[in-house]
Amino acid sequence: MINYIVKRLLLMIPVLLGVSLLVFTIMYFTPGDPAIIILGPSATQESIAQTKQELGLDKPFGERYLEYIGNAFLRFDLGKSFFTGRSVSDEVLIRLPYTLKLAGLAILCSLIIGIPAGATAAMNQNTWKDNATMFGALFFLSMPAFWFALVLVMIFSINLKLLPVVGIETWTGYILPVISMSVGGAAGIARQTRSSMLEVIRQDYVTTARAKGQKERLVVIGHILRNGLIPIVVVAGNSMGTMMGGALIAETIFSIPGMGSYMVNAISKRDYPVVQGGVLVIAVCFSLIMLLVDIVLAFVDPRIRAQFSSKKKKGSAAKWKAAA
Amino acid sequence: MKEAEKLLTINDLTVEFTSDREIIQAVNHVSLEIYKGETLGLVGETGAGKTTIAKSILRILPKPQGRTKSGSIIFDGADLLSISEHEMRKIRGNKISMIFQDPMSALNPVVSVGKQISEAIMLHQKLSKKETKELAIKMLEMVGIPGARYDEYPHQFSGGMKQRVIIAMALACRPELLLADEPTTALDVTIQAQVLEMMAKLKEELKTSMLLITHDLGIVAETCDKVAVIYAGEIIEYAGVEEIFDNPVHPYTLGLFGSLPSADGDKEKRLKPINGMMPNPARLPGGCKFAERCPHASEECRSNEIELADTGEGHLVRCMKCSLVKEAR
Repeated sequence: MINYIVKRLLLMIPVLLGVSLLVFTIMYFTPGDPAIIILGPSATQESIAQTKQELGLDKPFGERYLEYIGNAFLRFDLGKSFFTGRSVSDEVLIRLPYTLKLAGLAILCSLIIGIPAGATAAMNQNTWKDNATMFGALFFLSMPAFWFALVLVMIFSINLKLLPVVGIETWTGYILPVISMSVGGAAGIARQTRSSMLEVIRQDYVTTARAKGQKERLVVIGHILRNGLIPIVVVAGNSMGTMMGGALIAETIFSIPGMGSYMVNAISKRDYPVVQGGVLVIAVCFSLIMLLVDIVLAFVDPRIRAQFSSKKKKGSAAKWKAAA
Repeated sequence: MKEAEKLLTINDLTVEFTSDREIIQAVNHVSLEIYKGETLGLVGETGAGKTTIAKSILRILPKPQGRTKSGSIIFDGADLLSISEHEMRKIRGNKISMIFQDPMSALNPVVSVGKQISEAIMLHQKLSKKETKELAIKMLEMVGIPGARYDEYPHQFSGGMKQRVIIAMALACRPELLLADEPTTALDVTIQAQVLEMMAKLKEELKTSMLLITHDLGIVAETCDKVAVIYAGEIIEYAGVEEIFDNPVHPYTLGLFGSLPSADGDKEKRLKPINGMMPNPARLPGGCKFAERCPHASEECRSNEIELADTGEGHLVRCMKCSLVKEAR
């Protein structure tokens, strides 16, 4: 198991190199010149050339990229913002915890709502409970998150004045952003829980458990849900990753100083180091979450665990991930 | 054996399944009895309703499709079909337990075999965790699996071993009645013999009665005291095992024996399959359900409902052409 984790961590290096090259290239070809944006429309050719030199933008592509990854991978220095001049690494360290906290709370919320909802639907298949839950899930899944966030603000903050409109100075500030982020995830997890439980529900071993005299509730938790958990964990991991990036909507609406709002501003201003650094950090988080998902899967399913110890790389974990 | 106490009495059991718009009559007016220490064989082809009878006893029919429409199942003086779910849970796995057909799928793949046995013990016996584990290990050893494999998972066992685990699980609470649903069908022949021998031994030790569901007449001859032959959800012949082998009466039972190969007999003699198919349980014909495939059938077989009649010495047959069949034999 430890061998496996080390191997996965080492595998992250080529992945991150790939991500950085991709982002660097895309930013290079994106129209818009940071020097012009900094200096404004009235700038002269000379001052633009000078600023470009200061920012290091006059060097050829290859040299700039090698210099960038050298700094990023060997010295963990992601450069400085073109506009504020502040170190991207320092800024990320301040902002990342907000995003992680939001995404973490949102995924927790999604699981707490989604799994029981999906389980209820599956256990009452084709009854009104099932239909109502699945209608609700479809409704929340197809609703734009930003619109829902605004509706929440309108109801709870402006009309009822129960919760703050923006900011996260107190814990109550987290409520609306987390809810608005988690409904989509909860709906997705509910649907996945329902379908994977329905796959298990007619298995013989569920009948075996009932035939032992086990209580229905424990049959559901210990045998049905336990076996349907693999795709649920994979979906939850994917939504956690998506939420890391998707947090920007909630962060923008609720003025939360997280990674999302940081990067959105940077993109519109062509602040290359911030965009590149932000994407790289999110890619690291995403890879770590996927690793965590695989470790959780090994705990959930002994068959996957057996594959780890026999050091086979292709296994049902990979299969499930491909399917999801 | 005759003076022994009745353990289970099924009276006029009828089970229906609802699928889409059809009602499937899986079990029709089945009555049978099991005495203490006795093994009753339930014989019939696939889809005849054998498993459904066993599942009705434990009330684990698939919901909401399956339901017992009428009848009673008396066990220990109580009707299992009318007691509360709570009472029923105390009986499941404790006084009555079941061995399932397919050992490959009857064990939970993500729970260790030891824990699955312990689960059954914990539900019905007031033992400490340590005692539970000890008993589970003892059960494993009783079915010939080293106790050290307690923490292993089903995928680490072969089919025969899994069936042993299932048997250990079913017997852990020393049930009074064991429902064995084709316990050896999924196993290869050498393992079948081992498992059967072991079951017979354990049954002897624990003085358990057994309802053995099978379509293998060899197994019936070896293990059963009485036999009920099921066709299209009805009992068509019900007698002691020797009686039914020496003296089969119903054309279907005769057909079952006719489709068995024999090694010592005439090599030229071909197997005699029973022609035709079992009637669709959603649209059962009136009268004798076997009439379509029966060489002796006549108009009156198709028009009259036929009762299970005693042909003497408790040998029950559902056929109005008994005498004719006997002559033809």
